[in-house]
Amino acid sequence: MTMTSPELSQNPKDTAGAGRTISRATASAHLREALLPSLIALLVAAIVGDILIVVFGQSPGAVYRLLIEGTWGNSYGFGQVLYKATTLTFTGLAIAFALRAGLFNIGAESQLAAGGFMAAIVGLVLPAGLPWIVMLPIYLAAAAFGGGIVGWIAGELKARFGAHEVITTIMLNFIVLALLSYLTSAHLKVPETLHTVEIHSGALPRLSDFIPAFHGSAANLVMVIAILACVAAWWYLFRTRRGFELRAVGLQPEAAEYGGVRPGVVWTRAMTISGAIAGLGGLNFVLGYKHYYEEGFAGGAGFLGIAVALVGGTHPLGVALAALLFATISQGGLAVNALVPKQFVEVLQAVVIIAVAVSVPEVRRILRAQRRTE
Amino acid sequence: MTPTDTAAIRLTDIHKSFGPVLANRGASLEVARGEIHALVGENGAGKSTLMRILSGMYTPDSGRMEVVDGSGVLRDVAGWSTADAIKAGVGMVHQHFMLVPTLTVAENLILGAELTKDGPLRLLDGARAVEQVDALSHRTGLRVNASQLVSQLSVGEAQRVEILKTLYRGARILILDEPTAVLSPPEVAELWQVLRQMRERGETIVLITHKLDEVMSISDTVTVMRHGRTISRLRTAETTPQEIAREMVGRDVVLAGGLRRDAAMGEEVWAVASSRDAAPAGGTSLGQTSFPLPALELRGVSIASARHAEAVRDVGFSVSPGEILGIAGVEGNGQTELIEAIAGLRKLRSGTILLDHHDITNASVRARGDAGLSHIPEDRHARGLILDYTVADNLILGQQHRFARGGFFNSLDGERIAENARRQITAFDIRPDDPILPARALSGGNQQKIVVAREMGRDFRVLLAAQPTRGVDVGAIEFIHAQLLAARAAGKAILLVSADLSEILALSDRIAVMYGGRFVVVMPRAKASEEVLGPYMTGAERAA
Amino acid sequence: MPALLFLAQTLRIAIPYLFAAAGGVVTERAGLIGLTLEGYMLGGAFAAALGSYYGHSAWFGVFAGVLGGVLLGLVYGVSAIRFRADQVVVGIAINLLAIGLTRFFLRLAFGSSSNSPRVPGFGGEQSGTGLAALAANPMIWLGIIAIPAVGWMLYRTPFGLRVRAVGEHPAAATSVGISVSRVRYAAAILSGALAGLGGVYLVLDQHQFTDQMTAGRGFIALAATIFGRWDPSRVGLACLLFAAAEALQIQLQGAQLVPSQFVEMIPYLLTIVALAGVVGRAVAPASLGKVSE
Repeated sequence: MTMTSPELSQNPKDTAGAGRTISRATASAHLREALLPSLIALLVAAIVGDILIVVFGQSPGAVYRLLIEGTWGNSYGFGQVLYKATTLTFTGLAIAFALRAGLFNIGAESQLAAGGFMAAIVGLVLPAGLPWIVMLPIYLAAAAFGGGIVGWIAGELKARFGAHEVITTIMLNFIVLALLSYLTSAHLKVPETLHTVEIHSGALPRLSDFIPAFHGSAANLVMVIAILACVAAWWYLFRTRRGFELRAVGLQPEAAEYGGVRPGVVWTRAMTISGAIAGLGGLNFVLGYKHYYEEGFAGGAGFLGIAVALVGGTHPLGVALAALLFATISQGGLAVNALVPKQFVEVLQAVVIIAVAVSVPEVRRILRAQRRTE
Repeated sequence: MTPTDTAAIRLTDIHKSFGPVLANRGASLEVARGEIHALVGENGAGKSTLMRILSGMYTPDSGRMEVVDGSGVLRDVAGWSTADAIKAGVGMVHQHFMLVPTLTVAENLILGAELTKDGPLRLLDGARAVEQVDALSHRTGLRVNASQLVSQLSVGEAQRVEILKTLYRGARILILDEPTAVLSPPEVAELWQVLRQMRERGETIVLITHKLDEVMSISDTVTVMRHGRTISRLRTAETTPQEIAREMVGRDVVLAGGLRRDAAMGEEVWAVASSRDAAPAGGTSLGQTSFPLPALELRGVSIASARHAEAVRDVGFSVSPGEILGIAGVEGNGQTELIEAIAGLRKLRSGTILLDHHDITNASVRARGDAGLSHIPEDRHARGLILDYTVADNLILGQQHRFARGGFFNSLDGERIAENARRQITAFDIRPDDPILPARALSGGNQQKIVVAREMGRDFRVLLAAQPTRGVDVGAIEFIHAQLLAARAAGKAILLVSADLSEILALSDRIAVMYGGRFVVVMPRAKASEEVLGPYMTGAERAA
Repeated sequence: MPALLFLAQTLRIAIPYLFAAAGGVVTERAGLIGLTLEGYMLGGAFAAALGSYYGHSAWFGVFAGVLGGVLLGLVYGVSAIRFRADQVVVGIAINLLAIGLTRFFLRLAFGSSSNSPRVPGFGGEQSGTGLAALAANPMIWLGIIAIPAVGWMLYRTPFGLRVRAVGEHPAAATSVGISVSRVRYAAAILSGALAGLGGVYLVLDQHQFTDQMTAGRGFIALAATIFGRWDPSRVGLACLLFAAAEALQIQLQGAQLVPSQFVEMIPYLLTIVALAGVVGRAVAPASLGKVSE
């Protein structure tokens, strides 16, 4: 199977090396091509949302108002939005990173879980009382390792055997989640639950520890790690030699090969890093919220990350914004549950993905045709 | 051209453009019934486009199309589809076969017109299909095994199946697009026999080709196209290859009869028959003193490809510093594979490649670049540029490791990249001169200048230049040619591959002709001319 | 007796796989990626619950289920064929859409977040595990013939020939006047119907719809399609193999020989092994996933 990846936004402002003169015309053209599908998708989703709300006998206006109030309108809701956005930033970033190399990582769900699992194990093994300066890097390494190894397997399978990463990552999702389920239920869980024992130390403080208004919400300092991850990913992709080569492989593997790059090596590296980023996402739950590993804590964030990556134009900055958007929708569903089943946001999320996927080729076709006649 | 009632096909003033490309601008064609008609022209003259319009694949922007129908009447067929054309008895055999490899010959033949058994279920009647295919095969002399999988067929057999496909659907008018491009000489002879038999049965054949020897040997009438227009229509018996060639290129081209033996030309022609002659037999290149050590040397190089078992057979040669060796030849004779192999993008089946006497046969692309090898690829869109990258980034493609700061973070040095871009843009006059523009936004000529600037604007010893001025405007062509000559004067070794013979003649010190994967002749520039090289390029001539 | 029980158990488990994998073969042989099988199955299951409940008959459920699968198949077809959207992206989205829609309408129609009320199925009140009970269930028979029917269709009918041509070399099909789009739409619809039937079976067998009841069966069916190298007989055997492993695990559950999770992994591990070429090359239909011209 060959995948034709959605058009990636290649913002000229980002590309390495160049004088500071920005070509206005091309920058805005690129922006248009990147933003338009996302905007169209959101519009379509809003329309479908309206239909579903009306079917359920409510008024769209009331529902949307309640949605805004329940998310950005109060500090608990906003805290929840931030919490969910953190996980989605990691998974969205992971998928966007892989897409830049021309690869489709559908395995973020299991990579996220594996990362969280490794962090929880480390937390059980390490003694209590170690300073956080020591603990934090160890946790980061463990989570990155957990997710990274799953990604690495898929990358190697592609580099060595040409096995398509879509299928292998989907298969690995099931395999890894089953393995983690076995390890947890057979050996590590607290009886009568689906989770492990609490980690001994190194838990990150909640946001509510600093800003009392956020009391009760799960938002925590892993948020900061998420932002740092976005910055680091941006820098790697657009400012380093390896990032230059990775993007080249994603855009035109033949030209990259001509330029001395070996696609197989890049694929393995990209999938490993992608898996590692998703693995870091596990810290949000394990380090920042519940302080243990629980089966199913990923909750679909791995798949929603696809939507985040696409709507965010596969750009680290866009991913962060899209993560906020999807987290808002997700939390908003809970807020409006009294009026409309919260599942309607799941429908909306799926509609957004389809709408983006459908409008990307159309927008590209129309804009290119326009450009030719200019 | 006087219209007659015995026309099988009449196309009048056809125009067709694809975006900015004007493939056909006022092309006309008149083919009589029961004749073999050759449609000739250089690459890009518009022959294939015109025939695809005739077969229904494209619709013309304007013009008239008339085709004779079953009852012998010439009908207007504007805007018809492939299905219509097939029903009307027009069948096209494409250069790239349209056969499904995982199906059998019989299945490919009945596809779209499937034979079914009687009964409510309308199942496929495989047995009857095989029967009919065998019968057709016998009747036409096109031998095929109806039950064989297409993936197992030889190229000649596959072509026969393609022809049978059209005949099976009742084609009385057959269009063949460069049919001999993939055939060996005995297979060509077989094909000619089949075509003559078809003509005897009253069928009409249009043959697209650029090979003049074929035109002379098989066709009744010739239509010449150039730059999307029809130039002239000649009766083969009443014309000569010279006249046809002149019409094709628009000026006098003297073909020395095409068939004179080498011996009559003089003994100064060196022929490289095998790789044992690793270096030219003697003599120096024009314009500089002789260097003892070749910069680039190939010995016994054979390369396999997907289509041919041996795309390059046993090639050996060398290029000295300060010399341009030009490889002339029609595309598809192994030049692409040869250049890719030297660049490190393709594996050799056997042989060695030496750069300054270092064996680079198994070296990576990057290692070859670091050793001083530059490469202007023949397809700048697929290989030479990343269209979505900026001009500045494209100017460091392949060299990006030289622009990194090193160390753990290994970031790219933006200042040096920008400075490199400014320098190259000025030196090679790339327009527009904005280094942040995506390469996609530049014209073909300027895109090529990016590639040339990158490959020639750095420190190199050997340059592979494949079709360096293809699709480039005149001003840029002159510029690039000047760059190549300047590099030669500076002592670089250049291997130039071009389908444009005038370019080869203008730049090369020595000229080799590649045909069928071999070097069939190597000679100094002084001895070469279009008339001398022509026969070698079309395979009509082999060096002794 | 235990052997017969084991066979009956295997068959019961295999039926959804056989339905969905039949759909997988159809869609992938035509060049459309089959990630949507899971969504088709879930959508078909819920539609069947609706149909059976409101129509008071299992057969209404069957028709409704097929319709549900077909509708999702059309959404996929239009997105991938008409709009040339990336098939992987849309495929995943269709699965998410099915989850969302079924949950939403579960609330709307039945007022529950977890399951529907009891719906009529086949085989009366006793859906026992014996072979006799199985033989009485028409869905079992339909499931058994699904793969052979697809195989027969592919190799013995003109439509099947066109599907195979379109999946390998769309340009060749176009050159003889075949509409690649039309063939692919038909394949998407047929695939939706077949996988939908897999969901119908589940609901009618369990007499209710539960949230996300397909639990990855669509992906196991896709795994079987790939592991069986897109050849109907091999794919059918793969489905039986995967089902047998599950049945075995259930039988051995008391003995705790192998944890259930490891048996779960078997289909997915085998697929990766197949893709890595360890058991011969798995060559997909050449035009699978490519944007059509």
